[in-house]
Amino acid sequence: MQSIEQIRDLIVARFPGAEVTVIQNPGPAAQHSLLLGHAQARDIALFLRDEPSLKLDFCSNATGVDWPEKEIVETTKVKVAQPDGTEKLVEQKTKRLQPGYLEAVYHLYSMALKHGPVVIRLRTGNRTDAVSLPSLTPVWRSCEFQEREIFDLFGIVFEGHPDLRRILMWDEFKDHPMRKDYVEPDDYEWEPTPHDAVLTKAKGHYPAPGSTANAEGGM
Amino acid sequence: MLGSGIIKGLAVTAKNFVGSFHDPERLPTVEYPEKRLTLPEAYRSFPFLVFDGENAIDGLRCVACKMCENECPPQCIYIIPERDEKGRPVKKPKVFDIDLSVCMGCQICVEVCPFDSIKMDQVFEVAATNRFEGLIAHREMLAKSNTYYHQIRPTEAAEVDTRLAEEKRLAEEKAKAAAAAKAAAAAKAAAAPKPVATTAPASATAPAAAPASPAKPAVAAPSPSPSSSSSAAAPMAAAPKPPATTP
Amino acid sequence: MQNEPTSSAPGLAGTPANSSFDILHSPLGSPQQGASVREVNDPFHGDLLEVSMGPHHPSTHGVFRMVATLDGEIIVKLKPVFGYLHRNHEKLGENTTYLASMPYTDRLDYLAGMTNNWAYALAVEKLSGQVATERAEYVRVIVGEMMRIVNHCCLVGFLFNDLGTSFTPLLYAFREREKFLDLFEELTGTRMMYNYQRFGGCRVDPTPEWLAKAKALIDGFPRFLDEYEQFLTGNEIMLARTQGVGRLSPELAINAGITGPVLRATGVGYDIRKVDGYGVYPRFDFRVPIGDHGDTYDRYMMRILEMRESVKILQQAFRDLPAGPIIDPKAKNRGLRPKAGEAYGRIEGPKGEIGFYLISDGSTNPYRYRVRPPSFINLTVLEDMCLGHSVADAVVILGSIDIVLGEVDR
Repeated sequence: MQSIEQIRDLIVARFPGAEVTVIQNPGPAAQHSLLLGHAQARDIALFLRDEPSLKLDFCSNATGVDWPEKEIVETTKVKVAQPDGTEKLVEQKTKRLQPGYLEAVYHLYSMALKHGPVVIRLRTGNRTDAVSLPSLTPVWRSCEFQEREIFDLFGIVFEGHPDLRRILMWDEFKDHPMRKDYVEPDDYEWEPTPHDAVLTKAKGHYPAPGSTANAEGGM
Repeated sequence: MLGSGIIKGLAVTAKNFVGSFHDPERLPTVEYPEKRLTLPEAYRSFPFLVFDGENAIDGLRCVACKMCENECPPQCIYIIPERDEKGRPVKKPKVFDIDLSVCMGCQICVEVCPFDSIKMDQVFEVAATNRFEGLIAHREMLAKSNTYYHQIRPTEAAEVDTRLAEEKRLAEEKAKAAAAAKAAAAAKAAAAPKPVATTAPASATAPAAAPASPAKPAVAAPSPSPSSSSSAAAPMAAAPKPPATTP
Repeated sequence: MQNEPTSSAPGLAGTPANSSFDILHSPLGSPQQGASVREVNDPFHGDLLEVSMGPHHPSTHGVFRMVATLDGEIIVKLKPVFGYLHRNHEKLGENTTYLASMPYTDRLDYLAGMTNNWAYALAVEKLSGQVATERAEYVRVIVGEMMRIVNHCCLVGFLFNDLGTSFTPLLYAFREREKFLDLFEELTGTRMMYNYQRFGGCRVDPTPEWLAKAKALIDGFPRFLDEYEQFLTGNEIMLARTQGVGRLSPELAINAGITGPVLRATGVGYDIRKVDGYGVYPRFDFRVPIGDHGDTYDRYMMRILEMRESVKILQQAFRDLPAGPIIDPKAKNRGLRPKAGEAYGRIEGPKGEIGFYLISDGSTNPYRYRVRPPSFINLTVLEDMCLGHSVADAVVILGSIDIVLGEVDR
């Protein structure tokens, strides 16, 4: 199978001007991935599926990843002129807000040529209002349920998905539980546990449990 | 011939039906609870704490290091270490609770325990009348003697005992060497010799709860060997291991 | 006719006009065809009926619901509904350490815990660059193939239960399965929740007695299969109920990401044991059974033939099992902190491709922990396979896909 750079070159040759970036995977698995722009993502996916030298006809795994906003603190040493005329090295901290985004990751294999995986990724603009991505279900039907799951658990809206509903959570559910900042609802039910955190939470809902045997442990 | 497949199939059922009267291969059920199968030695249900000697609480091998509490996947273990009058931690658990309604018997606590103090039990008939407190096992309920451990897992317990004895021996040797070195240093300094229990810190590092120094009769824990430790009835092990009866 | 189902092809609504993006549906079971089973001017043409089968229905193998729209007996639309057993397994995995996720993987596909363990161990080994010892790889093959037999025994038994043969075939299969579970209990301590694999090897080493017992059981297993096949495979009722029922075309199967015996029943020879050659599988001589028609009968036969192939693999594994450590002495399990990066590891589970996708940010917990559940994805084509068939057939088709709700819902 071609390397990920060769695949990128194939795509760029077929779609001049397409946004394709290679994302390196520093881990020992070395499964590098291609980041696709939204505009031509579906065409590129179709090309990957049908191109005779690739024939990635099997989309094995589709999943979401949540990358929340991150505050990155960079320390740089700056020379500051002192009042007495000397210069002094001063550490200067600059805070930079790395914008958050949601990501959909697809693992592609070829059943015809028996190679893979080729990993492709799509990223949303942010985590609040620009959360839509083109759906790849029309290219690989195996994404049908998996994209529904991503929509359900991460909140990525797939444009062009035939039946985008919640799949694991119930329809009335509001939040997206797999997001990193998800706060579980405060519907705690008392259970027999000797753990502090749970018992503290329980206090807000119930009078102190009438457990005598547990009193020592619950302190 | 149409129907031959069905007739062939019925012949198999007939064979099994007749066979079940004299072939134990074809009758694999057991009339529980009158008859019971032998449990394999590796069988595991819930964790328990091993103690050496007579006293269940004093003999606990557990030093309240909280390693199992941290590693437990469903977080069902809860430990408070004992403290002496001055508030310093003693290497004993004051509270050791396991929530059996949460425990999934994965035995990761056993794997991570460096002191061989928590082991998997084989009691599977754990019914309680109370849904809440009834299923929280406390320190007293969890403590079971080394003899019991030998009863349910002879091979593994023997291995553990050998290992502990070896570690204890090494610790004692080390302590002796340290004491000798200290004595030598003391003699060299020609100061007033004060051969107090210099073994004490070394014994604290010994994994076994049994004190390394025999000059300390306060906690009379014999060396953890199956012959010397007497059988103290463990609270949860009311029913001894049933004899093996297979049909 | 207002009753006639509109061209509510499950979802051509949102697709773009470009015809190359038409969602692939089975030609045998497109919704339009399902609707035309009866003449519209049939005097007895009644209303369409929406039936909710499940979640508490014995034939759905757990808390699974099928919302079927019926035209008489015939299914014209079917929507699977699940999530009743959802416990956000993936979030649990992100909140625990790498090792602590291992016992949870047993609870995904609880009929085949060992292969879940294996897939997870493989993914973490890929992520952290560890390698299992050779003996451990053989033991993994042994327990993994035994697990496949156990799973297929379960499936075949339940399939006949769904066909209406009340319990006899199921109990014969369970009798055999129980012998395997006893062996697993002896090795790992439990019948189903093994927690056996570790990163870099396995937890305990099988004793020679255990291996001898397992070998004896495997050697006797083909006799059971012969008897079982004599009992069922030629049965005329079974043939009438399964042949031609729930056909799946290879094109749709590939496009919909179907894996495992369901895929191979359509005639696509894709077995990850052969394709990836993970572990020591390339050293074994075995064949991959491939079906012809993609119907329920082929899916049943796939399982029977795979069990026979598993026996072959197991006999070779017992023969070649090398001595050595069961786990790499330098293996890091507790407090594992893999380098930042990601890895996708997959194996051929009994139900299909079970994979784990892990992203590490260098801490003790995975940043992202994703399970690729085979039976969840195999359900994608349930509607396509059921259209045009009766309700009773839908039960059999669902049974032949082999789903476990612990894995579907996670």
